[in-house]
Amino acid sequence: MIVVNTETVPGHEIVGLCGLVQGNTIRSKHVGRDIAASLKNIVGGELKGYTELLTEARREALERMLVQARQLNADGVVNVRFCTSAITQGAAELYAYGTAVRLRRIGGGAPLQPTPPIAPPNAL
Amino acid sequence: MDASQIAALVCQCGAPLLLIALGFSIGRMIERSHLRELDRREAELAGCIATNLRSPPAGHPLSDGHLVTGGVVIGSDYFKTFAASLRKLIGGEVRSFERMMHRARREAMVRMLEQAHALGATTVINIRFETCSINGVGTRGGLPMAEVFAYGTALVPRGGATR
Repeated sequence: MIVVNTETVPGHEIVGLCGLVQGNTIRSKHVGRDIAASLKNIVGGELKGYTELLTEARREALERMLVQARQLNADGVVNVRFCTSAITQGAAELYAYGTAVRLRRIGGGAPLQPTPPIAPPNAL
Repeated sequence: MDASQIAALVCQCGAPLLLIALGFSIGRMIERSHLRELDRREAELAGCIATNLRSPPAGHPLSDGHLVTGGVVIGSDYFKTFAASLRKLIGGEVRSFERMMHRARREAMVRMLEQAHALGATTVINIRFETCSINGVGTRGGLPMAEVFAYGTALVPRGGATR
């Protein structure tokens, strides 16, 4: 499944539209991370706990979007956009949406091996 | 005032002052080492073209596209938060938070470019940024934390990475 945030897929031609696909998830922080973040806020810097939480949530939202695209027999998703909104204190919704399309490869060369667009948090 | 009252006063004023001092000293050390680290990583990725144009540049070789992303959550230190709260009294630019957001954007961008580099890409197009404050909606005096998320399309040249 090819995933891009441009309107066209480089090296491919769009031959059919399958429709809008979307995926979302709502995550909330837990007390442990909150306490660690409060301590980190004394000295500042990256909050790794939250980074992992939000990265994992975004991967899940993207995966849900790709599940919908697979159900429509699409070859790829173009024009992917992300949206984040705070729902309530300590909870955020992560939403990914794009257009599922059918593609035809142009030119030669071996197809790109699929890799997850968002690396797992422990790869950071 | 007797000794216990003086001790109570010292504890009351001392704790926030200690936190501000810790925030200022350790916070600046962490910020400086992070900025040095960012300079080093950006220098390593200097060969990668990053743009928010929607299509590949003219004359770009035939490539495959792949979504690449990078995200980071950065929190402010106690001194910065205190300085910003003073600024709120008179208004104007909050430089301490500007620096924090700039650092977060640089880190998110570098992570995204590192992911593109790992795929063998030399160009990333259609870069967009999303910023979200995650200390909750409607909190009074919440700890300032912001998430910056960068995403774009990496162009991996067919037939191997060439430049």
